[in-house]
Amino acid sequence: MTATIYFKEAKYEFVRRLRVRAFVLGTLGFPLMFYVLFGLLMNQSFGPIRMSTYLLATYGVFGVGGVCLFGFAVSLAIERGLGWLELKQASPMPPAAYFVAKLIACILFSIVYIALLLALGFGFGHVQLSLLDVLRLFAVLIAGAIPFGAFGLVLGYLANATSAPSFVNMIYLPMSFCSGLWMPFQFLPKVVRQIAPFLPTYHLSELSIAVVRGDRNNGTLAHWEALAAFTLVFIGLAALLQRRDASRNNGLL
Amino acid sequence: MISAIECQAESAAPPNVATEAAALRSVTKTYGSQIALDAADLSIGRGELVALLGPNGAGKTTALKLMLGLLRADAGTVRVFGRDPREASHRQRTGAMLQVTRVPETLRVREHIDLFSSYYPHPLPMAEVVGVAGLEGIENRLFGELSGGQKQRVLFALAICGNPDLLFLDEPTVGLDVQARRGLWKQIRALVAQGKSILLTTHYLEEADALANRIVVINHGRVIANGTPAEMKQNASLEDAFLALTGDEGEPR
Repeated sequence: MTATIYFKEAKYEFVRRLRVRAFVLGTLGFPLMFYVLFGLLMNQSFGPIRMSTYLLATYGVFGVGGVCLFGFAVSLAIERGLGWLELKQASPMPPAAYFVAKLIACILFSIVYIALLLALGFGFGHVQLSLLDVLRLFAVLIAGAIPFGAFGLVLGYLANATSAPSFVNMIYLPMSFCSGLWMPFQFLPKVVRQIAPFLPTYHLSELSIAVVRGDRNNGTLAHWEALAAFTLVFIGLAALLQRRDASRNNGLL
Repeated sequence: MISAIECQAESAAPPNVATEAAALRSVTKTYGSQIALDAADLSIGRGELVALLGPNGAGKTTALKLMLGLLRADAGTVRVFGRDPREASHRQRTGAMLQVTRVPETLRVREHIDLFSSYYPHPLPMAEVVGVAGLEGIENRLFGELSGGQKQRVLFALAICGNPDLLFLDEPTVGLDVQARRGLWKQIRALVAQGKSILLTTHYLEEADALANRIVVINHGRVIANGTPAEMKQNASLEDAFLALTGDEGEPR
């Protein structure tokens, strides 16, 4: 019975987001469009690989990060701000089901996004990756859903219902730029490159680039460790914010 | 007249777990320096409909949220079927209709009911929920396409779909027109006839008078009157009693 709850919670979380055009266009459409503009139309050689291949990795991160940040932060901010979360909490739903469902929905959207991105890269960008590397790229990016989902939770507890999308953009867009998700990292100013290691996007990006470049065992462990540390910090912060939220008088007596 | 009603409040029957669905026993709840409930006692007998009446900020919603396990009491005991409602699995015998500002709009009526039904071990069949809540013909509509009254009926459906023994209805008819209100009253009476226990908060004296076995008036977090509608009327008309107790008699009507 509990498995049924988790299944239905995840299914409806996915379905209801799929029906929101703004979510689908914003989180899947925009990053795909940017990839077409910068990865396909300006496709040139870039070191040993083509730009289309390099940006496949970084736009993969940009898209998955966006899906997870918006998926968690915006829905959580609205649901906790406007009473829906409270009705769920008053029901016998296992509390974990709420968060697991959001994570699963984000992973499903991420898979759709990565598949579309790969289709564009292979179809129009002369991307050449082995099947094994394609699977590796999927695995790395989907693993990235965990730290970004946790980050989205933190933002969802900080943002309010009406301003959540702009709030997430204000944080996520500069973060993506500084991590070299839009243009190769080497092209960024030095000061920006020094900030990057403090951002989770940078570490996931380095891991994805290693996959498409064919680098193996080249210092990837440190990036995994950084992502694990970010995840723990975000979950801890989200738990603190959740407790603050629960103990606060929401103006209702 | 006021003191006569206060006497009834003080002579409340001792708690009896076998006949009691839910209870607050000398519960105090504060938000910062603000006292929402001040050593309040409230009990709902099995098969009883208790109307909790009081002005805004009296503590009605706080009492309800404590019984739903959404808040933790600062002092005193909260029991629902003899257990602490803060545990999710203890809520399988309760259903709730809360004031929700925004419900996910891109799920269909049927999907919302299907999801909430999955939280309960013995939910009602879909057709019965749709019939009781008066949702025939709109089961496949998206929530966002419904009128205000229809939305309210969906929230009622979510409260009853798990076939709970105890229902919490927080101002269930607010915003409904006269006809829709009477329709919902009929359904609430039918639930009481089936032996359900109900705690209903309301601003409408007429509603409390029409539905309740017992009316509990609270103000400033204290129970100031507790009796059957008939008992209340022995002292004065119910409305005069209510207005006198809450100090609103001077307001123009």
